[in-house]
Amino acid sequence: MFITLKRAVIVTVLLWIILALGFTFVMVGLGQVFFPNQANGSLVMLDGRPIADRHVGQYFGNRLQYFWGRPSDTVSLTTGKPDPYNALNSGPSNEGPTNAALLADIQRRIALYLKTTPGLTVHQIPISLVESSGSGLDPDITVPSALIQVPRVARYTGLSQARLRQLVRSQVLPPDLGVFGPSRINVVLLNVALYQLLHPQASAK
Amino acid sequence: MTVSTVVTWLVVIGGLLVLLKPMGTYLYKVFTFQPTVLDRPMKPLENGIFRLLHVSRDSNMSAVEYGVAFVLTNMVWGIMAYTLLRIQGLLPFNPEHFGNLNARLSFNTAASFVTNTNWQAYSGENTMSYFSQFAVLQFLQFVTPASGAAVGLAFVRGISGRQLGNFFVDLTLVLTRVLLPLAVIFGLIFMALGVPETLAPYLHLKTLTGQIQIVPRGPIAGWEAIEHLGQNGGGFTNANSANPLENPSALTNIFQSIAMGLVPVAFFYMFGLFTGRKRFAWTLIAVAGTLFLTMLAMIYFPEAAGNPIVNALGLSGHANMVGKELRFGMGGTAIFETSTMAFTTGSVAAANDSFLPIPGLAFFLGMFLNMVFGGKGVGLLNMLMFVILTIFLMGLMVGRTPEFLGKKIEAKEVSLTAVAFLLHPLLILVGSAIAVATPAGMAGVFNPGPHGLSEILYGFTSAAANNGSAMGGLGASLPFYEVALGIVVILGRYASIVAMLLVGESLLHKKAVPETSGTMRTDTPLFWGVLLGSIIILNALTFFPIMALGPLAEHYLLMTHHLFT
Repeated sequence: MFITLKRAVIVTVLLWIILALGFTFVMVGLGQVFFPNQANGSLVMLDGRPIADRHVGQYFGNRLQYFWGRPSDTVSLTTGKPDPYNALNSGPSNEGPTNAALLADIQRRIALYLKTTPGLTVHQIPISLVESSGSGLDPDITVPSALIQVPRVARYTGLSQARLRQLVRSQVLPPDLGVFGPSRINVVLLNVALYQLLHPQASAK
Repeated sequence: MTVSTVVTWLVVIGGLLVLLKPMGTYLYKVFTFQPTVLDRPMKPLENGIFRLLHVSRDSNMSAVEYGVAFVLTNMVWGIMAYTLLRIQGLLPFNPEHFGNLNARLSFNTAASFVTNTNWQAYSGENTMSYFSQFAVLQFLQFVTPASGAAVGLAFVRGISGRQLGNFFVDLTLVLTRVLLPLAVIFGLIFMALGVPETLAPYLHLKTLTGQIQIVPRGPIAGWEAIEHLGQNGGGFTNANSANPLENPSALTNIFQSIAMGLVPVAFFYMFGLFTGRKRFAWTLIAVAGTLFLTMLAMIYFPEAAGNPIVNALGLSGHANMVGKELRFGMGGTAIFETSTMAFTTGSVAAANDSFLPIPGLAFFLGMFLNMVFGGKGVGLLNMLMFVILTIFLMGLMVGRTPEFLGKKIEAKEVSLTAVAFLLHPLLILVGSAIAVATPAGMAGVFNPGPHGLSEILYGFTSAAANNGSAMGGLGASLPFYEVALGIVVILGRYASIVAMLLVGESLLHKKAVPETSGTMRTDTPLFWGVLLGSIIILNALTFFPIMALGPLAEHYLLMTHHLFT
């Protein structure tokens, strides 16, 4: 028994050195050498400073002139109050399918789109645009989800709807390797492109 | 079904099928000490470890010695993890300056990670330092599945008439020959596809709208690799593999699904090689495979059809996207969720609490059975437990002494197997009953109606099955659940493993009886049907009543558009 315990301790120390320290430091090193861009967080740059991680969504729902992402139910760590796209506290609403709060949330979001978007009807609104994501950080929306927002964005930016629709189409991300997952639009990248349209001197380097 | 869904499923399932034989053969060679490609780089390292341990590669232990070594080593890990989490604030690699964890959360986390459950009552990105993530929790995600696999190996050796082997040798070899090399490969794949791997502090970003967004980073790619290869399932962040930091694309989603299944499925084939009964192994693979496909269908089709209450609003499209990420597609989400419940990983690519009731039922099915391939080693143990019960029941029907792999199954083996089988429902149902009967337990419920009962039941099932996923609404950080679930994970892990280890040894010491025309064949389609039927009947008898009150009640109420407040 004692000798087994001694072996248990020794094997733990040896494996810890290999797996906890060795594995991690080697992987971090390989990442920094071979995939420095991805390993450090796939930064999106604007005017020489990082403004986003391209995989992590950001909140635009409080700005009428930008395209909005999917609803996010993340909350503030300190107050527990809604804090959409809080990357420090990823998580979903956890609302179940028969929870009345789920339906109320969806109806509230539909009403907001109908109120802010001229000429929009309910049956045009994609379901994913009014149902919140699993992480609260979903960076993507479907292509129709962007297109239905064009009238609103046009009204608040002064750009023509035709120009904006063209912008949306230029930002469509195809499925991975052409087949895996859906075609989609990264909302941060779309809004950066929109920003550059409005501020031609801005550089996305 | 979209083309994308079909192709995604073909790649994951086809990939596992193609890799099953080479991987299983490789495992067989490693654990019968035959030469393999990794001898050259790994042997010196292993020899060094064995020398310091004073064990030799070909030494053997009795079942009791093996079990004691397994439990003691796990205990050392548990104490180490608890201690390091308690003093996190004093340790290095803590750029965000997170403080010490309290005693209850440290206990719950240590118990949950040591048992390979990885139930998380905390959010990684705002609780754990990089040190705790990689040197405590990621370390446990390497060694605990390896120790489970070691026990599975000992059992397989026992019932195939070999000496059980040495726990420390097996533990080391699972790591140096299987998990570590695979983790390096998958870690590099995840990095290439966009998962961070750094020790630099969190990103502070000023967004287009002038707000500050703090984005966590860390050594995430390596973590994701071993999280899935070891069927661990503990997320680096709270949202786990739904978080784009952990699972940024449809491709990473596919690789994570394959990583989960790779070794558990191969373990079944390895079992066939050990026992010299490949056809029997294929029968077991067919049984688990049937259940896997059933779960996949139960999850995908209702979710793609959507929530009838929401669909009545007349929006465009109809799939249930609540708690789902867009980039995986519904097919990708469904195959990930099926894998995580079948292989008892417990990571999630979507919010399990927001799935419809029939997919919820599939989640329960995976955890009740715990052998739809299951975790490596442990899943095979559970499958063989059902095989022994089935053979026993068949023997009773025809009035013959049941035989398994040429050995008579008698009172001792059946009693031990029954203990292992009954423990699972005992922990789940008694635990849930206590939670439902006490205000402390009821305080954790988030969703109203039958879904609330499902949340509690899911918590205890996940703990007992060492799965670790949650219906996230449940107040897992309440003291009641931290303590109760911490206890359940420990009992659920060790009691059944030790019982099955004793079965293995008992069979080893029996004389083989020659096969005759009267011997029940276990490698035929008939046995596939009988085994599948027995599994379903035994579990339905145990769990149908509680399922009727939870997911099934919710399903029928959903069909009548009933909402709860």
